[in-house]
Amino acid sequence: MRYESPKTTKEAVTLLSKEKGKTFVLAGGTDLLVKLRMDMIEPDLMIDIKRIPAMNEINKTATGFKIGAAVSGRQLGASKALAKAWPGVVEATNLIGSDQIQGRCTMVGNLCNASPAADSVPAMIAAGAKAVVVGKAKRRAVAVENIVTGPGQTSLAKGEIIEAITLPKRPAKSGDAYLRFIPRTEMDIAVVGVAVSLTCKRGVIDSARVSLGAVAPTPLLVKEAAAAIIGTKLDKEALENLAAACSAACNPIDDKRGTVEYRVRVAGVLAKRAANIAFERAGGKK
Amino acid sequence: MTGVHVSTSINGDPVEYVCPADESLLDVLRDRVGLTGVKEGCGTGDCGACSITLDGALVCACLVLGAEAEGRKVTTIEGMGDGEKLHPLQRQFIDNAALQCGVCTPGFLIAAKSLLDENPDPTVEEIRYALAGNLCRCTGYDKIVRAVQAAAKDLRRQKK
Repeated sequence: MRYESPKTTKEAVTLLSKEKGKTFVLAGGTDLLVKLRMDMIEPDLMIDIKRIPAMNEINKTATGFKIGAAVSGRQLGASKALAKAWPGVVEATNLIGSDQIQGRCTMVGNLCNASPAADSVPAMIAAGAKAVVVGKAKRRAVAVENIVTGPGQTSLAKGEIIEAITLPKRPAKSGDAYLRFIPRTEMDIAVVGVAVSLTCKRGVIDSARVSLGAVAPTPLLVKEAAAAIIGTKLDKEALENLAAACSAACNPIDDKRGTVEYRVRVAGVLAKRAANIAFERAGGKK
Repeated sequence: MTGVHVSTSINGDPVEYVCPADESLLDVLRDRVGLTGVKEGCGTGDCGACSITLDGALVCACLVLGAEAEGRKVTTIEGMGDGEKLHPLQRQFIDNAALQCGVCTPGFLIAAKSLLDENPDPTVEEIRYALAGNLCRCTGYDKIVRAVQAAAKDLRRQKK
């Protein structure tokens, strides 16, 4: 295996496209280096992106926020502006692993590892986040929900790398939240994860996005669930409709963490709770 | 396998080594630099026995490549005390009998120091969450939490 630590995204893309062997991008390494150690992967080249200055920054832009692909959970949690605008996204990312893992793990790594149970991904999807995908010929913005195509699979082409995640500007009266269910109090993999982001106008939910994790081969954007609460003040009926839409969208597996029936039901319960938190954060009153 | 030449700082001292590109910083520290205070537990980032700090951030050395340490600042348990003088956390771990076999202890001390550097007066809950990435199969954790509380008190008193 060769190890390279390019200084620019362009250099990283060139390395990625030129290498004929198996190439992996190293951000925090909290998934990749475990796979390396367990002999699940045999890289010919590993490209460390942490020496690329642009990938280490959190920037407030005219259109929202831009978070570099190498920004750790710890750095993310320390950004007051981000925590104020997108508390759900920050909380979801900070739920990944221990403090030791937070010192290394990244949102983009969480996304590209493409686990159905990734905590930060539903929060990003609900937030309407986009991935800045850079290839040899062009750069494109891809909605986060279109990155993961299956467990461990992404839509990135050979030679493409995600440079950053962008989060849109937040209108007034907006809130987001992410909740996951785990059998322990911390340090576990989601049995179900639910993210809700919404904006209110005159006390009524004007727009919303709902995303589910760990209940299908990929994290899901559930439009029916958003439709169930748009135009409401999140009354009891709206919440029940939201829960029903979330449960209906689930296509989970049975495993040691939970059964199909359990996951389907819990998705609805958590959706109601996450929606209540997001509504409260948006200043909504029932 | 191509060797990678690395110049780094470990516990304030400049250190150079050559390691294979896929070798973990944990293996480098133990087998090349001779700092065996950093322990290998799981090797997958679950147990925290190999906790160190890298440019001030608490990390598991098993989930860092040796090659990544180039130009960074690494601190390990060996850099915690001041010569023969133990750090208040080390002293309180002994006084509170917060260890039995001792394999997890360096990791706990590094993680606890990282917590107290940021939060000098943590609650029991905050201590338990901050140490959730460190596993101990001997003590049942209570004595560790008490030792951290006592050391926090010592450190606050020292600062006054």
